[in-house]
Amino acid sequence: MVLKIFFPQCCNKADSGLLVGRWIPGQNSAVVLAVIHYPFIPGQVKQYIHQMRGQSGVDLTVLGSWSMPKEGQEGMESFLRDLSTIFPQGQWLQLSREMGKIGFRCHVLTRDQNGKLVQQEKELKEDGGGEKGGTKRGGGEKEVEGEEGGGEKDKVIFIHYEQRKVMLSQLHPIDNGVPDPQTESQLPQVFGTVCQSEPLFFLDKYDDGPVKMTHWQSEGREGSIIVELMKQASTPVCLLTTWMLTLWTSLCSSRKANIFVSFFVDVSLGLLLVSWMYRENRIGKLANTLVPAADHVAKELEELLQWLMGAPAGLKMNRALDQVLGRFFLYHIHLWISYIHLMSPFIEMILWYVGLSACLGLTFALSLLSDITALLTFHIYCFYVYGARLYCMTVYGLSSLWRLFRGKKWNVLRQRVDSCSYDLDQLFIGTLLFTILLFLLPTTALYYLVFTLLRLVVVMFQGVLHLSVDFINSFPLFAMGLRLFRSYRLAEGVKFRVLCEEPGTPLHLMMDINPLKVSSVVQTYRTPTYSCYPKDSWLALCKKLFLGELIYPWRHKTTKID
Amino acid sequence: MQNGDQHYSMEDETYTDIDGKAISLECQSHSGFCREFTVSSAKVSIGRVMAYTCAVWLSAYIIFFVTENTAVLSSAIIITLVGMMVHIHFVKVDHETLLIIGSLGVQVSSSYASGRESTDFIEMGKIKDIVINEAIHMVRKIKDMVINEAIHMVRKIKDIVINEAIHMQTVIYYLCILLKDPSDPEAVSSVVPLFQSSKPRLNCLVKVYKSCQEILAKC
Repeated sequence: MVLKIFFPQCCNKADSGLLVGRWIPGQNSAVVLAVIHYPFIPGQVKQYIHQMRGQSGVDLTVLGSWSMPKEGQEGMESFLRDLSTIFPQGQWLQLSREMGKIGFRCHVLTRDQNGKLVQQEKELKEDGGGEKGGTKRGGGEKEVEGEEGGGEKDKVIFIHYEQRKVMLSQLHPIDNGVPDPQTESQLPQVFGTVCQSEPLFFLDKYDDGPVKMTHWQSEGREGSIIVELMKQASTPVCLLTTWMLTLWTSLCSSRKANIFVSFFVDVSLGLLLVSWMYRENRIGKLANTLVPAADHVAKELEELLQWLMGAPAGLKMNRALDQVLGRFFLYHIHLWISYIHLMSPFIEMILWYVGLSACLGLTFALSLLSDITALLTFHIYCFYVYGARLYCMTVYGLSSLWRLFRGKKWNVLRQRVDSCSYDLDQLFIGTLLFTILLFLLPTTALYYLVFTLLRLVVVMFQGVLHLSVDFINSFPLFAMGLRLFRSYRLAEGVKFRVLCEEPGTPLHLMMDINPLKVSSVVQTYRTPTYSCYPKDSWLALCKKLFLGELIYPWRHKTTKID
Repeated sequence: MQNGDQHYSMEDETYTDIDGKAISLECQSHSGFCREFTVSSAKVSIGRVMAYTCAVWLSAYIIFFVTENTAVLSSAIIITLVGMMVHIHFVKVDHETLLIIGSLGVQVSSSYASGRESTDFIEMGKIKDIVINEAIHMVRKIKDMVINEAIHMVRKIKDIVINEAIHMQTVIYYLCILLKDPSDPEAVSSVVPLFQSSKPRLNCLVKVYKSCQEILAKC
């Protein structure tokens, strides 16, 4: 397998030193996390790495050596070779880079079974004909010549990555908890390694610590400034800063952050709405138009009923039933209008106080609007229930008597239709009732149709309000903001780009983060809301309407439907 | 062109897609185990763009002539512009790239006419194999169907049935990546088709397939 070395971009120009990182088992890859500079004491380095291993939980080791010789440092080569004996490893990487050149070179020393080091040649042969064979080494090391075609099995790929971005990024789909160490996937392991090695990044080469390291902090990001402030500030300020930091990190758990941001936006929109409504006493004007609006609706309903009581759309109704139903509903409207007029002096005050509660959020105001609509259209709801009940009874009576007409009966015990012999008088009365109901059917059906349509209009308006409330509550604003402004934090995967290199150096790739698609962001981070979507499909709804059963689109499953 | 890479492109006339339009294939070998294949589709033809624009605006003018409402004209302009922007940003693929890196994975990327790139990387551990699959594809051109029916009407009933059955469908080939099932290493969990917008023909696919198999065999 090809050897893959994940190398951070911040260490491209680092001074010579030791490479610290982790070998990923089974994949023949190594993730380089930092470079420890000279001068160092090997004992202290070992102790520090052991400490970091305990703190971070990541299997950190010294991977090898890094050499970027500046002027006056030509004697490094032998020093670097000797280092491999101090840190006993299975494989020891020797990365080197020359000033002015872009590509790296890599030598790998492996310990074979005898404990001796074997050097494997990793340099590619360039077209101009460079040095192919390895140089002879002293005792204890064997030389292996890389063949031109057969050396394909021992190749190196350098994969450059931006350490800070990979550390902050989260690979989706998110696993619960720590990634499974048995997983074959390489990329989650790389991301997990960099992410969990945060304790390693606290000290860098500008601090006074036991070791001097180069990693992403050496680029002078704001994280290190906070650390500096914390060190030098006095105790109360220090405590305050730590408290704010813990608050921020707890918010950075995406789901909590989403809820918090949604709530915050909701409340601010509500306050905006309140300030707009109360500015020019618009709420008073709204209250003043409410009663005339209710009057207008009642008048329209009266006209509608008069139309039904006549000959609506040219259909001929049953005169008596028509008059009864029409007068019944007209009386109801008259009662309703009286109540509204009774309440009209208080409406403005009630509305003023109720409007203040919109401070609690825009969703609160919308839900309130939905409830006010329900209250004001209560008479339409009543009419719908009366019409539906009447129609439902008619339909059931008709279906039962139709069975009698054909000589059959509904067996409640067996839940099926059985044949039955009826007496003559039963048949006679049954047929009579059947014809009566049949001829009254158009009238009741028409009333039912009209009031159902009105009810559906109201239900749809309420439905729109519910949907918008649900949308405001569940939309992940924080995650969307992250996706737009810090797209590297939500990663769907990675993308590779081949970097320009010089001949004779191994392959260099640049690993960029592929941000999550916008639709996936919404899907993954949607806050689940306690919403009551209609449980019936369209077909079931039509069936219910046809039979005259009452429809309650916003009822929960647990509530018993009448 | 990078030093140390082998870079060669195929002639335009040799490769076409399944509809007969000319496409081009470019192979770039970055190293012994890293290769990149780019298939560029045919560009947007100016004739079609003008035809659509003229059709939309002509109908808008007719509606304006009937209704005397200027909003129709402005809405036609807006519809044309928005439609063109949506087409070049979401629909029209300029070129598709396959980058195969031995023992790391395969990267598939589509680049749209507006410059947007959509990339997907599949790790080597999840890839079972890269194969060429066959599929039956309905011929979409109405013109062909009409001509075929006219020619075959003079023949016997039996002939018309058989000939129409063959002419209405063609067999196409597509290159795809077979992914492993994590629970069962021998089973194929899903198939990722490649070069879906450019749809190159078999000769182009075979070249890409051979190169990929070389690299997969090495690592």
